[in-house]
Amino acid sequence: MNADQSIDCVGLYCPMPIVKTAQKMKELEPGQVLEVIADDKGIKTDMPAWAEKTGNEFLGIEEEGGEIKVYVRKK
Amino acid sequence: MPDDNVTIVVFSGELDKALAAFNIANTAAAMGMNVSMFFTFWGLGVIKKGGIERGGKSFMQWMMGLMDRGGASHLKLSKMNMMGAGTRTMKSLMKKYRMPSLEEQIKLAKDQGVHFIACTTSMALMGLEEGDFIDEVDELAGAATYLGLASEGKVNLFI
Repeated sequence: MNADQSIDCVGLYCPMPIVKTAQKMKELEPGQVLEVIADDKGIKTDMPAWAEKTGNEFLGIEEEGGEIKVYVRKK
Repeated sequence: MPDDNVTIVVFSGELDKALAAFNIANTAAAMGMNVSMFFTFWGLGVIKKGGIERGGKSFMQWMMGLMDRGGASHLKLSKMNMMGAGTRTMKSLMKKYRMPSLEEQIKLAKDQGVHFIACTTSMALMGLEEGDFIDEVDELAGAATYLGLASEGKVNLFI
Protein backbone atom coordinates (compact mmCIF):
# COMPACT_ATOMS: atom_id res chain seq x y z
CA MET A 1 0.00 0.00 0.00
CA ASN A 2 1.24 3.49 -0.80
CA ALA A 3 1.65 5.93 2.06
CA ASP A 4 2.52 9.61 2.28
CA GLN A 5 4.51 9.18 5.47
CA SER A 6 5.92 6.28 7.44
CA ILE A 7 7.08 5.75 11.01
CA ASP A 8 9.23 2.93 12.32
CA CYS A 9 7.97 1.49 15.61
CA VAL A 10 9.86 -1.81 15.37
CA GLY A 11 10.99 -2.85 18.83
CA LEU A 12 8.53 -0.55 20.59
CA TYR A 13 5.71 -1.67 22.85
CA CYS A 14 2.46 -0.20 24.13
CA PRO A 15 1.88 2.73 24.51
CA MET A 16 4.63 3.99 22.19
CA PRO A 17 3.36 2.93 18.70
CA ILE A 18 -0.02 4.55 19.39
CA VAL A 19 1.51 7.66 20.96
CA LYS A 20 3.93 8.05 18.02
CA THR A 21 1.08 7.52 15.55
CA ALA A 22 -0.98 10.25 17.23
CA GLN A 23 2.00 12.63 17.19
CA LYS A 24 2.85 11.92 13.54
CA MET A 25 -0.76 12.29 12.40
CA LYS A 26 -0.66 15.93 13.49
CA GLU A 27 1.89 16.59 10.72
CA LEU A 28 -0.25 15.02 7.98
CA GLU A 29 -2.82 16.78 5.80
CA PRO A 30 -6.40 15.44 5.75
CA GLY A 31 -6.66 12.54 3.30
CA GLN A 32 -3.00 11.57 3.57
CA VAL A 33 -2.02 8.04 4.56
CA LEU A 34 0.36 7.08 7.36
CA GLU A 35 2.21 3.77 7.42
CA VAL A 36 3.22 2.44 10.82
CA ILE A 37 5.78 -0.37 10.84
CA ALA A 38 5.81 -2.36 14.06
CA ASP A 39 6.48 -5.81 15.44
CA ASP A 40 4.37 -5.80 18.61
CA LYS A 41 1.28 -7.84 17.73
CA GLY A 42 -0.91 -5.63 19.91
CA ILE A 43 -0.93 -3.03 17.17
CA LYS A 44 -3.20 -5.21 15.03
CA THR A 45 -6.12 -4.58 17.36
CA ASP A 46 -4.90 -1.32 18.92
CA MET A 47 -4.66 0.63 15.68
CA PRO A 48 -8.26 -0.05 14.53
CA ALA A 49 -9.39 0.94 18.06
CA TRP A 50 -7.34 4.13 17.93
CA ALA A 51 -8.67 5.01 14.46
CA GLU A 52 -12.28 4.37 15.49
CA LYS A 53 -11.91 6.56 18.57
CA THR A 54 -10.11 9.42 16.83
CA GLY A 55 -12.28 9.34 13.69
CA ASN A 56 -9.40 8.49 11.36
CA GLU A 57 -9.81 5.75 8.75
CA PHE A 58 -8.14 2.40 9.35
CA LEU A 59 -7.12 1.06 5.93
CA GLY A 60 -5.60 -2.32 6.69
CA ILE A 61 -2.67 -4.45 7.74
CA GLU A 62 0.15 -6.05 5.74
CA GLU A 63 2.29 -8.67 7.44
CA GLU A 64 5.68 -9.87 6.25
CA GLY A 65 7.68 -12.18 8.47
CA GLY A 66 7.55 -10.58 11.91
CA GLU A 67 6.96 -7.14 10.49
CA ILE A 68 3.49 -5.62 10.70
CA LYS A 69 2.59 -2.64 8.54
CA VAL A 70 -0.63 -0.82 9.36
CA TYR A 71 -2.17 2.00 7.36
CA VAL A 72 -4.41 4.83 8.52
CA ARG A 73 -5.85 7.75 6.58
CA LYS A 74 -6.17 11.13 8.29
CA LYS A 75 -9.75 12.37 8.43
CA MET B 1 -16.84 15.91 24.07
CA PRO B 2 -17.90 16.18 27.71
CA ASP B 3 -18.20 12.41 28.18
CA ASP B 4 -14.71 11.84 26.86
CA ASN B 5 -13.00 12.28 30.22
CA VAL B 6 -10.67 9.61 31.50
CA THR B 7 -9.89 9.82 35.19
CA ILE B 8 -7.31 7.75 37.00
CA VAL B 9 -7.01 7.77 40.77
CA VAL B 10 -3.39 6.94 41.49
CA PHE B 11 -3.61 5.64 45.05
CA SER B 12 -0.57 3.34 44.94
CA GLY B 13 3.02 4.42 45.20
CA GLU B 14 4.67 1.41 43.63
CA LEU B 15 6.61 1.46 40.39
CA ASP B 16 4.63 -1.25 38.58
CA LYS B 17 1.26 0.27 39.43
CA ALA B 18 2.41 3.77 38.50
CA LEU B 19 3.66 2.43 35.15
CA ALA B 20 0.27 0.83 34.47
CA ALA B 21 -1.49 4.11 35.31
CA PHE B 22 0.74 6.17 33.01
CA ASN B 23 0.56 3.59 30.23
CA ILE B 24 -3.22 3.97 30.13
CA ALA B 25 -3.05 7.74 30.59
CA ASN B 26 -0.65 8.15 27.67
CA THR B 27 -2.65 5.87 25.40
CA ALA B 28 -5.92 7.66 26.25
CA ALA B 29 -4.30 11.04 25.58
CA ALA B 30 -3.07 9.72 22.21
CA MET B 31 -6.67 8.70 21.49
CA GLY B 32 -7.70 12.31 21.92
CA MET B 33 -9.34 11.82 25.31
CA ASN B 34 -9.22 14.36 28.13
CA VAL B 35 -7.15 12.65 30.83
CA SER B 36 -6.89 13.62 34.50
CA MET B 37 -4.73 11.81 37.05
CA PHE B 38 -5.70 12.30 40.68
CA PHE B 39 -2.77 11.45 42.96
CA THR B 40 -3.78 10.53 46.48
CA PHE B 41 -2.34 8.75 49.52
CA TRP B 42 0.71 6.64 48.53
CA GLY B 43 0.19 7.84 44.97
CA LEU B 44 1.57 11.22 46.02
CA GLY B 45 4.96 9.49 46.11
CA VAL B 46 4.84 9.21 42.32
CA ILE B 47 4.80 13.00 41.91
CA LYS B 48 7.10 13.84 44.82
CA LYS B 49 10.51 15.27 44.01
CA GLY B 50 12.00 12.77 46.43
CA GLY B 51 13.66 15.28 48.70
CA ILE B 52 14.36 14.57 52.38
CA GLU B 53 14.18 18.10 53.82
CA ARG B 54 11.90 18.56 56.81
CA GLY B 55 10.01 21.67 55.64
CA GLY B 56 6.86 22.20 57.67
CA LYS B 57 6.46 18.52 58.52
CA SER B 58 5.91 17.25 62.05
CA PHE B 59 8.49 14.76 63.33
CA MET B 60 6.19 11.81 62.50
CA GLN B 61 5.47 13.11 59.01
CA TRP B 62 9.17 13.70 58.39
CA MET B 63 10.06 10.16 59.53
CA MET B 64 7.33 8.75 57.29
CA GLY B 65 8.75 10.72 54.37
CA LEU B 66 12.25 9.43 55.10
CA MET B 67 11.06 5.81 55.19
CA ASP B 68 9.04 6.23 52.01
CA ARG B 69 10.91 8.90 50.18
CA GLY B 70 8.98 8.82 46.93
CA GLY B 71 10.03 10.36 43.64
CA ALA B 72 9.53 8.50 40.36
CA SER B 73 13.11 7.20 40.31
CA HIS B 74 12.90 5.82 43.86
CA LEU B 75 9.70 3.75 43.56
CA LYS B 76 9.84 0.02 44.18
CA LEU B 77 8.01 -2.91 42.63
CA SER B 78 4.92 -4.13 44.52
CA LYS B 79 6.27 -7.70 44.22
CA MET B 80 9.77 -9.14 44.05
CA ASN B 81 11.52 -5.94 45.12
CA MET B 82 14.13 -8.06 46.94
CA MET B 83 15.87 -5.12 48.64
CA GLY B 84 15.92 -3.27 45.34
CA ALA B 85 17.48 -6.05 43.25
CA GLY B 86 14.14 -6.96 41.65
CA THR B 87 13.37 -3.34 40.86
CA ARG B 88 16.80 -2.85 39.31
CA THR B 89 16.32 -5.98 37.20
CA MET B 90 12.90 -4.80 36.02
CA LYS B 91 14.30 -1.40 35.08
CA SER B 92 17.12 -2.95 33.07
CA LEU B 93 14.64 -5.27 31.31
CA MET B 94 12.49 -2.28 30.42
CA LYS B 95 15.54 -0.55 28.99
CA LYS B 96 16.46 -3.66 26.99
CA TYR B 97 12.98 -3.78 25.45
CA ARG B 98 13.04 0.00 24.86
CA MET B 99 10.05 0.60 27.11
CA PRO B 100 9.84 4.15 28.46
CA SER B 101 10.83 4.60 32.10
CA LEU B 102 8.33 6.06 34.57
CA GLU B 103 10.13 9.42 34.41
CA GLU B 104 9.83 9.40 30.61
CA GLN B 105 6.16 8.44 30.81
CA ILE B 106 5.47 11.32 33.20
CA LYS B 107 7.10 13.77 30.79
CA LEU B 108 5.25 12.23 27.84
CA ALA B 109 1.93 12.51 29.69
CA LYS B 110 2.58 16.17 30.37
CA ASP B 111 3.54 16.78 26.73
CA GLN B 112 0.27 15.14 25.70
CA GLY B 113 -1.77 17.42 27.96
CA VAL B 114 -2.59 14.99 30.78
CA HIS B 115 -3.87 16.91 33.82
CA PHE B 116 -2.09 16.19 37.14
CA ILE B 117 -4.04 16.78 40.35
CA ALA B 118 -2.65 16.29 43.88
CA CYS B 119 -5.08 15.49 46.71
CA THR B 120 -4.91 18.18 49.38
CA THR B 121 -6.19 15.95 52.20
CA SER B 122 -3.40 13.42 51.68
CA MET B 123 -0.94 16.30 51.41
CA ALA B 124 -2.03 17.58 54.84
CA LEU B 125 -1.81 14.09 56.33
CA MET B 126 1.73 13.64 55.07
CA GLY B 127 2.84 17.22 55.66
CA LEU B 128 3.49 17.83 51.98
CA GLU B 129 3.42 21.19 50.26
CA GLU B 130 3.17 22.18 46.62
CA GLY B 131 6.93 22.66 46.50
CA ASP B 132 7.46 18.97 47.39
CA PHE B 133 6.02 17.98 43.99
CA ILE B 134 7.41 17.96 40.49
CA ASP B 135 6.48 20.92 38.26
CA GLU B 136 4.12 18.75 36.20
CA VAL B 137 1.42 19.02 38.90
CA ASP B 138 -1.26 21.43 37.63
CA GLU B 139 -3.72 21.60 40.48
CA LEU B 140 -4.27 20.85 44.16
CA ALA B 141 -7.81 19.67 44.83
CA GLY B 142 -10.16 17.35 46.67
CA ALA B 143 -12.57 14.52 45.96
CA ALA B 144 -15.31 16.81 44.59
CA THR B 145 -13.00 17.89 41.78
CA TYR B 146 -12.28 14.24 40.99
CA LEU B 147 -15.97 13.32 41.04
CA GLY B 148 -16.87 16.29 38.85
CA LEU B 149 -14.46 15.01 36.20
CA ALA B 150 -15.36 11.35 36.72
CA SER B 151 -19.10 11.93 36.39
CA GLU B 152 -18.43 13.27 32.90
CA GLY B 153 -16.32 10.30 31.90
CA LYS B 154 -16.92 6.68 31.05
CA VAL B 155 -13.42 5.52 31.93
CA ASN B 156 -12.63 6.01 35.61
CA LEU B 157 -9.89 3.91 37.14
CA PHE B 158 -8.50 3.37 40.62
CA ILE B 159 -4.93 2.13 40.65
